[in-house]
Amino acid sequence: MKRLVSDTLVIAERNLVRLPRAPDLLLAFTVQPIMFLLLFVYVFGGAIVTPGYSNYVDFLLPGIIVQNIAFGGFVTAVGLNEDLSKGLIDRFRSLPMSRPAVLAGRTLADVATNALSMTILLVTGLTIGFRFDAGLLEIAGGVVLLLLFGYAFSWVFAWLGLLVSSPESANSVGFIAVFPLTFISSAFVPVDSMPSALQWFAEANPFTVVVDAMRALWLGAPAGNSIWGAFVWTFVIMAIFAPLAVAVYRSAAGGK
Amino acid sequence: MSQPTKQNESIRRYAASDQSAIVVEGLVKHFGGVKALDGVDLDVKTGSVLGLLGPNGAGKTTAVRVLTTLLKPDSGSVKVAGLDVVDDAAALREQIGLAGQYAAVDENLTGRENLTMVGRLYGMKRREAQARADELLDRFELDEAANRPANTYSGGMRRRLDLADALVAKPAILFLDEPTTGLDPRSRLALWGTIEELVAEGTTVLLTTQYLDEADRLADRIAVIDHGKVVADGTSDELKDRVGGERLEVKLDDDGFNQRAIEILGSMSDEDPFVEGESVKLTVRERRGAIVEAVQKLNEAGIGIDDIGLRRPTLDEVFLSLTGHALETEDDETQEDGK
Repeated sequence: MKRLVSDTLVIAERNLVRLPRAPDLLLAFTVQPIMFLLLFVYVFGGAIVTPGYSNYVDFLLPGIIVQNIAFGGFVTAVGLNEDLSKGLIDRFRSLPMSRPAVLAGRTLADVATNALSMTILLVTGLTIGFRFDAGLLEIAGGVVLLLLFGYAFSWVFAWLGLLVSSPESANSVGFIAVFPLTFISSAFVPVDSMPSALQWFAEANPFTVVVDAMRALWLGAPAGNSIWGAFVWTFVIMAIFAPLAVAVYRSAAGGK
Repeated sequence: MSQPTKQNESIRRYAASDQSAIVVEGLVKHFGGVKALDGVDLDVKTGSVLGLLGPNGAGKTTAVRVLTTLLKPDSGSVKVAGLDVVDDAAALREQIGLAGQYAAVDENLTGRENLTMVGRLYGMKRREAQARADELLDRFELDEAANRPANTYSGGMRRRLDLADALVAKPAILFLDEPTTGLDPRSRLALWGTIEELVAEGTTVLLTTQYLDEADRLADRIAVIDHGKVVADGTSDELKDRVGGERLEVKLDDDGFNQRAIEILGSMSDEDPFVEGESVKLTVRERRGAIVEAVQKLNEAGIGIDDIGLRRPTLDEVFLSLTGHALETEDDETQEDGK
């Protein structure tokens, strides 16, 4: 157990140290979220009606942060796939280290990068007019929910990254699988503006549940069951995909 | 368990005993319907070097992966440093180092960061791991590149870093899977020198190779592997002896006497001598005294000799006669056995 913790920290540190040396990844965490936020607010913002919100940036920011943080895990998909194809997983497996630490350290590093991109989005949002309507406790609760949700999606991406054959396909499969999910939700537009079949899907979509919970926590929007629902969804996703990722890791790495 | 001092003890312990460092009996491994290893037996004495020689797809990499606990055997018994690869896998990993075909280093980390990470994953404290990293960087002449990301390294430097990774915990037993495949001749020679140093320090080495000269130079014993089976096992000399006796080659002052020489020397061989190039050649029945006997016979007949010598068969010829096909030497062995 002690080794699990210390080895996890070593692997997490390794993944964070290498990040600034891969400029494309660093851009994905810094410039890209700012770009999306500004494009949505200033290009679509004027055309989207969001009853109950004083302006579009208030409505959008929780949604775009949730989308962004769900995608934070794609570094895990690409990174694990690279480690596998370049033989680093073999190296790790030949060492007397804790075996789950390879995945645990990888996903832990995502929490740090997710916190970074969340901060960047939040600061940008506050600059262009986003205002909290909540106490410190609710704001902190929202941050915790975001980081947990991002962590759960790291396991989804870990599973995807170990399934596919190359880092490139890890990237595109992850994008194709998750991108529509984030759009057919309440993240960017009110759900009742969609055609009815999509509405049905959007309302059941965990993204909608989490985004609504964020709006409840940060903006005092009516929450219904969505705050509890959001935490439940987060743990359900983790409970399904963490064991799946571990199972695929074991067989992908050589059947042990 | 991972202090270097402990590792030194284990090296001494194995060096002091006659115990075999690696014992493999009846190892079988399938991938789906394909039998990658079909009853492999190996015995590597402590402190010695075994060369596992075979063409692409022979099962070399699969064998190394089983021996280093990366793959579970389907059947058979595999013991490394006296530890079972299945039951004692965790303890076994503390005794071994592995350098693979791919030069498995993190390209975005510097040489020093790579080595420090591996040290810490062996359970060393950060300080201790850094000190060990510096030692190895110095030894492998990577100290100047120590703080550059590994993706700026040449192929030879990457291999050296990979080998250094494998040596972080001063393992008693080292596995090298095609350590020089894809290297230029100079880097290859340098790496051979390093491996010889490690062996001189008492490390047991199992190396796979598809290069005969590599096996010939580094290995105390060679196991020839083909289609998942060990088809021959012995020292380089023993293997060459198996192929047939030594070949006597005589160049005469005057090749007009070649036919006469064939008649005179015929009694020394089971087959008829023949002329090839400028020399009369025959496979001798008995190595010892063959040259003296030939010189005497030719002298008595008054035939002058320009040059005479015994030549051993090459490992190439050995391989051909054992397996019925030549050893390929392309460098395209990337996914010999799949994952």
